[in-house]
Amino acid sequence: MSKKYNVVTSISYPQEGSMGKTGSWRVFKPILNKDKCVKCLRCWIYCPEGTVKKKKDGSVKIDMNYCKGCGICANVCNVKAITMVREGQQ
Amino acid sequence: MKNIMINTGNYIAAKAAVMAKPDVVAAYPITPQTTVVEAIASFIKSGEYKGEFICVESEHSAMSACIGAAATGVRTFTATSSHGLLLMHEMLHWAALARLPVVMCNINRVVGPGWNIWADENDSISQRDTGWIQFYCSSNQEIFDTVIQAFKLGENRDVALPVMINYNAFILSHTSMPAEIPTQKEIDDCLGRYKPLWKVDPKNPITFGNIIMPEHYEKIRRAMQDAHENAKKLIPKITKEWENKFGRFNGDLIEKYKCEDAETILLAMGAIAAESKVAIDNLRREGYKIGLARIRTFRPFPNEEIVKLSKKADLIIIDRNISCGNEGALFTEVKSALYKKSDVKVTGFIAGLGGKDVTYNHIIDMYKKSIKGKFKDTIWYGFKEVKA
Repeated sequence: MSKKYNVVTSISYPQEGSMGKTGSWRVFKPILNKDKCVKCLRCWIYCPEGTVKKKKDGSVKIDMNYCKGCGICANVCNVKAITMVREGQQ
Repeated sequence: MKNIMINTGNYIAAKAAVMAKPDVVAAYPITPQTTVVEAIASFIKSGEYKGEFICVESEHSAMSACIGAAATGVRTFTATSSHGLLLMHEMLHWAALARLPVVMCNINRVVGPGWNIWADENDSISQRDTGWIQFYCSSNQEIFDTVIQAFKLGENRDVALPVMINYNAFILSHTSMPAEIPTQKEIDDCLGRYKPLWKVDPKNPITFGNIIMPEHYEKIRRAMQDAHENAKKLIPKITKEWENKFGRFNGDLIEKYKCEDAETILLAMGAIAAESKVAIDNLRREGYKIGLARIRTFRPFPNEEIVKLSKKADLIIIDRNISCGNEGALFTEVKSALYKKSDVKVTGFIAGLGGKDVTYNHIIDMYKKSIKGKFKDTIWYGFKEVKA
């Protein structure tokens, strides 16, 4: 945790959700098919928001609190284990 | 022994800046500021200035470079004029809202078109609402003193605001006058090391200039307003301290000259205010009870002081600027300070636009016009239809 400054200006400190739950911005939601996933971790590397979490067994989980639904993970997945579905239509 | 330097306003400003030891100077030359940049370059060559000089491609970049440097927690200085200042406009807001104490000299020059390099205050007046503290100087000695005081004021943690030191093109920027220069040790002792309120630091990661929600933005504006109020209290302390140390007093928010028994008080800024002293001496010899209140800080504005002056005397305002569609800026500000607190007679003159000379004889004439005849709101002094 960074040291806080006693100043009134626009400074933000690195922490989870410093801009609120940005997952609410999402229009398309990534759905992971665990049966297809080969644990290559390309989605984990490419996610621009760090919302793809790596679990101990090497599998991945997407944090829907912060995933903005950009679809990069689905795009880079070599085995097409991730599909983008419009919110509320799954 | 006193060290007296006889030189131009610009050279003396550069000398003061270098003695404050800014870590970074980023500036772009523009007439009539150019010789400030030249002087700093010569101080680098001679080894007198050991900081970083960033040669930028525009004034927008000069201010951006100063903001970037100041955000890392170091002392910064720049100088500009007229169109250069206007090109900085966006970044002026940035420096103030980020609470970075950049110090800048602005040499008041006409804004074009109608290309003209002479004195006129419309350039800095149009930056009034950027959140910068604005000083207006009327002698080379005052330029020196104010540059040093500006660092002290802006860097104070209760203020933490950028400071603009304005002085008239050529009348001060290119005119040699004597100025007493303290020793480097005296300046070092006076200023001390700059301790920033915040800084970007890889060891302590933060994001600066991020998105914020309305209620937080409102808080930032309010804090800036409070900082200006703090500056209002601090400026008299700094100038008093300066007087005790160096025996010189250029005024605090206002410089008063022969105001004690005055029945009329003239309010002006910059070089016109210096010239007014001669006019006042002459008028007093004729038996007129007139004094001068030279507005030294336009932001924060000395409302309370002006109300006090209005209890004893009528006011005459001379503006070397015009807010087209209304009137001279100082005239507006003074009347706003007086609202519901005084019903004194206030006369406003517009004079010296485009660098037109305003001599003490003109000022005497303005005074006599204002005390006689019908009261008028704004008078364009000496306005003449000129042939193309």
